[in-house]
Amino acid sequence: MYVIIAGCGRVGSGMARQLVAEGHEVAIIDENPDSFELLGDDFPARFVTGQAIEWDDLRKAGIEGADAFVAATDGDNTNIVSAQIAQREFEVKCAVARVFDPYRAELFSSAGIRCVCPTQDAKLLLLDAVRSCGLPQAGR
Amino acid sequence: MFVVIVGAGKVGLNTARSLTHMGHEVIVIEQRRMRYNLLLPELEEKLLLGDGTEIWVLEKAGIARADMVAAVTGDDEDNVIISEMAKMKWGVPKVVARVNNPRNQATFDLLGIDATVCAATLLISMIQHELPVHKFVPLLSLKSANVELVELEVSDESPFAQRQIQDIHLPDGVLLTAILRDGRALLARSGETILPNDYVLCLLEPGREKELIHIFLPSERPEDIRAQTSTDVITE
Repeated sequence: MYVIIAGCGRVGSGMARQLVAEGHEVAIIDENPDSFELLGDDFPARFVTGQAIEWDDLRKAGIEGADAFVAATDGDNTNIVSAQIAQREFEVKCAVARVFDPYRAELFSSAGIRCVCPTQDAKLLLLDAVRSCGLPQAGR
Repeated sequence: MFVVIVGAGKVGLNTARSLTHMGHEVIVIEQRRMRYNLLLPELEEKLLLGDGTEIWVLEKAGIARADMVAAVTGDDEDNVIISEMAKMKWGVPKVVARVNNPRNQATFDLLGIDATVCAATLLISMIQHELPVHKFVPLLSLKSANVELVELEVSDESPFAQRQIQDIHLPDGVLLTAILRDGRALLARSGETILPNDYVLCLLEPGREKELIHIFLPSERPEDIRAQTSTDVITE
């Protein structure tokens, strides 16, 4: 499949590496070209220096005909807006946004945008980790 | 009316001042502490420090009872999100958004944020209006009311030159409202004659520009004209 990733940080670059290893095609958009260095010089992907909410930059990344779009920039609002553009203008079937704020993640999920909330996931995992220590139960 | 304004830059501040002066109740949300401190002596309890894209900050501002929200920060993605949330979560009756980069206008349109203001686009329209030769200028767009105001040149070969208003038949959804001649506007009364080098002002439903250009400027290709006049001329 052909996947576009917006945001070449730890998450974006890590996903790109994994997808390429699995044999998929990848394009990455980031406003800072230095961030592409996370993937090294010979990484087989299309790199676009630009904005995730700019339609022209999305087109340059090949969004027309992409199978999936992942918005993983460091801005919640940028991610929610760009995922909506991918879904509604370019009809990408699978558009996902990373949203740190659990409240916005919940609100926009209910409006039909697929949001992944690392804050919520971390909270649950940390709670599990604490519970698994076998500490005394509530109520003394 | 109670208005929540997000962003206390020049636009937000002056909007707040005007609305207060007109007797309305306002609250302005600003996230930059320096700007907040600077404006606090003037705005006092009308100013709130916080990120206006956070749900709890908007609730603290009282968005649930707002009659209107103005999303006028310097970030278009923030203005989009504020507008969407205001409608979706609290059902705010009226939302107005500022478009900073005209290239993002399409995103506001796509997501149904229909009352937008873009200073750059307005400025371009005004400049074109002042240029000695302009064939077609979109002057004003009220998307929520589904109407646009455009200006068209009447060339020598225009089929309407030397014709009276009453003899001109325009398609449904287009209304010729005024003639501009020598810098003055004449209301388009039925007996008025259109002369070469006049400009006409038309009200129309959005999407009828092409049809209108075809009728008024038959020798021009609508695509060329739109390319010269739309916000596409602005690139960074």
